Amino acid sequence: MKFSDFICKNAIRTQLEADQKEAVIRAMTKSLLEAGRINEKDYESIVEAILKREELGSTGIGRGVAVPHTKHPSIDKLIGTVAISDQGVDFESLDGEKVHLLFLLVSPPDRPGDHLRALENISRQLRDDTFCRFLKQSKKPEDVWQLLEEADANKFGS
Amino acid sequence: MSTPVTRVIVIRNEQGLHARPADMFVKLANQFNARIVLVRDNYRVEARNIMDLLTLGAGPGTELVLEAYGDDAQQAVEALAQLVESGFPKEDAENEQSQAEGE
Repeated sequence: MKFSDFICKNAIRTQLEADQKEAVIRAMTKSLLEAGRINEKDYESIVEAILKREELGSTGIGRGVAVPHTKHPSIDKLIGTVAISDQGVDFESLDGEKVHLLFLLVSPPDRPGDHLRALENISRQLRDDTFCRFLKQSKKPEDVWQLLEEADANKFGS
Repeated sequence: MSTPVTRVIVIRNEQGLHARPADMFVKLANQFNARIVLVRDNYRVEARNIMDLLTLGAGPGTELVLEAYGDDAQQAVEALAQLVESGFPKEDAENEQSQAEGE
């Protein structure tokens, strides 16, 4: 699975102002709303489901990366977005580090395979230090999108 | 390094080895001194890192080889194989609960 298969280009955000977990999850879910990928009526319940998932264990998986996610019945195809934080977000990460790269995923309840393949793609690409560094340095959503496209074209290692 | 203790394991849970099970796997692996490696075909990852485990993309039915090196390798393999083969029971229970509440 490629980034372009599930990342909503118009929902990518850089230079996040929010620096706390809940505020960041709200901002990212809002970006999906603003991009027209989720409905206003589902916004709150999606945010709450993502926060509830975080209570089971942080999705801050290390190396400054977090993958907050949930299933939601209102979604019929996996969607996701990316946010970059310059100052870092306190995400209660497993390695204790602040999070700079966030990939938020919302998937249909009956498609666990797609979710797994999205996680596989994200984690494989982020193993490349150059890709990680360039993403963190991105100042504009267009820069992020370009990097994702380059990653999709296998321009980064692993 | 010494000969590893190895075991073929199969992912049983419906969701596959996603973030929660990977977290549980790492936490259990960290209770042992042994170096633990998971292999899918010829692709090898260290089992102490969630991000590495996620790169396996191991869905239900996937066969993995569990390798452990060190004094407590045997115990580590027993415990980790049990966790995987039992389908990460705690994870599924939580999953069903959150599904029920979400609807």
